[in-house]
Amino acid sequence: MSSRPPVNDWATDFDHTDPRWMNDPFPIWDGLRTRCPIAHTERFQGAYFPSRYQDVRDISYDTEHFSSRRVIVRDEKLDPPIPSPPITSDPPEHRPARMPLLPPFNPKAVERLKPGTQALCARLIDAFIASGRCDAATDYAQHIPTRVIAHMLGVPEADGELFRHWIKLALEEGIHDMSKALQAVGEMTVYFRDQIAKRASQHGDDLISYMLALRHDGKPIPEDKLLGTLRLILIAGIDTTWSAIGASLWHLATHDEDRRRLVADPSLMDTAVEEFLRAYAPVTMAREVVKEVEINGCPMKPGHMVLLSFPAANRDPEMFPDADKVILDRQENRHAAFGLGIHRCIGSNLARMELRTALEEWLKRIPEFRLEDPAGVRWSEGTVRGPRQMPMLFAPEVRT
Amino acid sequence: MSERNMMKVRVEAERCQGHNRCCSIAPELFEIDDYGYARASGDGSVPPALEEKARLAMKNCPEHAVRLTRQD
Ligand code: HEM
Ligand code: SF4
Repeated sequence: MSSRPPVNDWATDFDHTDPRWMNDPFPIWDGLRTRCPIAHTERFQGAYFPSRYQDVRDISYDTEHFSSRRVIVRDEKLDPPIPSPPITSDPPEHRPARMPLLPPFNPKAVERLKPGTQALCARLIDAFIASGRCDAATDYAQHIPTRVIAHMLGVPEADGELFRHWIKLALEEGIHDMSKALQAVGEMTVYFRDQIAKRASQHGDDLISYMLALRHDGKPIPEDKLLGTLRLILIAGIDTTWSAIGASLWHLATHDEDRRRLVADPSLMDTAVEEFLRAYAPVTMAREVVKEVEINGCPMKPGHMVLLSFPAANRDPEMFPDADKVILDRQENRHAAFGLGIHRCIGSNLARMELRTALEEWLKRIPEFRLEDPAGVRWSEGTVRGPRQMPMLFAPEVRT
Repeated sequence: MSERNMMKVRVEAERCQGHNRCCSIAPELFEIDDYGYARASGDGSVPPALEEKARLAMKNCPEHAVRLTRQD
C-alpha cells in the first residue's frame, strides 16, 4: 500500500487501510472522537467514519437512510453489487432471508458442537506443545473456526486452505483491487455448485442440505440467493472468529496480571470473553447512504459510504468507563461486537462458544506464555482485525 | 416480600435481536426460542435472590430489550 498517499489529517482524509490505522487504530479513534466524531474522506469515492457508540447505534438502526447493499468500503463500487443475503439485504427482503438461518445457530444447536470443538483444540495443542513454541495465529486460532464451519457445512475440513485464500481475496486484497474480490466470488460459486450437485442424490444433516430443503411458499431458495448465502456463511465466520481468538491470546500474552488472574479464577471466563469481544472487536462493517440525512449534526450525502466501526463504538468512554482498559470482570457491557439491530450476527452464539472453548483449552494446557517477539506480530489488513502471525513461547509440556 | 413489591422482567419482542446475553447471565429468568429470540420465563416474576441477576441481564442487553418493573 506504499503507493497510497499518506494520511495527514484523519478527520478529513482518513484511510482505514493505512498501516498506522491497521497496527494501532485506538489512539486515532480516541483523537477523532473528541475532535471530529464523524470523520470524512474523499478516498474510496467518499466515506464517513463515526467513532461514537451512539452514532454507530443510530446508523445501525436506521435502515431507511443507510442501506446494507454494500457492506465493504472499497476503492471502486461494483454496480450492481453482488448480493449475499441476509447481510446485504434491507427490509423487507432481509427478514425472510435471515429467519430460516437462525435455528441451526441457536444456543442449543451450538452447545452440541462444544465437545467436538474441545477435542479439536486439544488436538491442535498436542501438535505443538512439546516444542515449547507455536504460532498462535496460524497453528491454533485459524484452524478452529475453519474446521467447525467446514463440519457444519458438510464440506472437507482439509479445504480450509482454500477458504482462507478466498477470504484474503475478498476482504483484504479486494479492497483495492475489485478483480480479486470477483475472483473469490467466482471460485466459491464453482465450489458450492459442486457441493450442491453432490447432494442431489444424497442429503445429509449438514447446513447445505438444510438450506436445500428450505421452502418458501412451496418453492426452494433460488440458486443465486442460495449461493450468495453459502458464500456469506463461509466467509463471515472464519477470519472473524480467528481474529477474536488471536486477539484474546495476544492480550493474555502481553498482560501478565490478567493472564494469571484468569487462570486462577476460571469463573471470570463469562465476563472476560465479553470484555475481549468489546475491546478487540474484530469486525467493521459498512453502509451506503441512500437518502440525505444528518447524524449528530453531520449531513451525509447519498452515494457516500459509512465505515460502521463496531470496534470504535466499543471504545467510546461515554458508553464504557475506562474504555481503553480491559477489565476482565466488567459487569455492564453492552458491547456491539456482533452488531446492533436487525443484522445481529447470526453466528454470535457459535463464535462465543469457539472463543471460549479455544481459551479454556489453551489455558488448561498452557497457563504461562509470552510473545516470542512483540515486533513479530502481524495484524490483518482490511476490516476484520486480528493477529495473522503471532509466534508464542511457553514451557513445553512433559508427557509422563 | 409481598406480591406487591415483586420485581418483574419482560423482553420487548420488537427490540430483541437474539444476542442471548440475558439468558446466559440469568438462565433462570429467560427462555430462548428456536430462532434465538428471548422471552421471560413463566410470568416474569423475579424472586428476590435473582434481582441482581435480572439487573445485570438488563444492563448487558445491547438492544435495550430487557425491561424491569416493580408491581405496585
Ligand atoms: C467473533 C466472531 C464474529 C464477529 C465479531 C462477527 C461480527 C458480525 C457483525 C458485526 C455482523 C453485523 C453485520 C452488519 O451489521 O452489517 C455480523 C453479521 C453476520 N455474521 Fe458474524 N461475526 C462473527 C462470527 C460469525 C460466525 C461464526 C458466523 C457463522 C458462520 C457469522 C455469520 C454472520 C452472518 C450470516 C451475518 C449476517 C446477519 C444478517 O445480516 O442478518 N458470523 N457478524
Ligand atoms: S440480550 Fe437482549 S437482544 Fe439479546 S436475547 Fe436477550 S433480550 Fe434479546
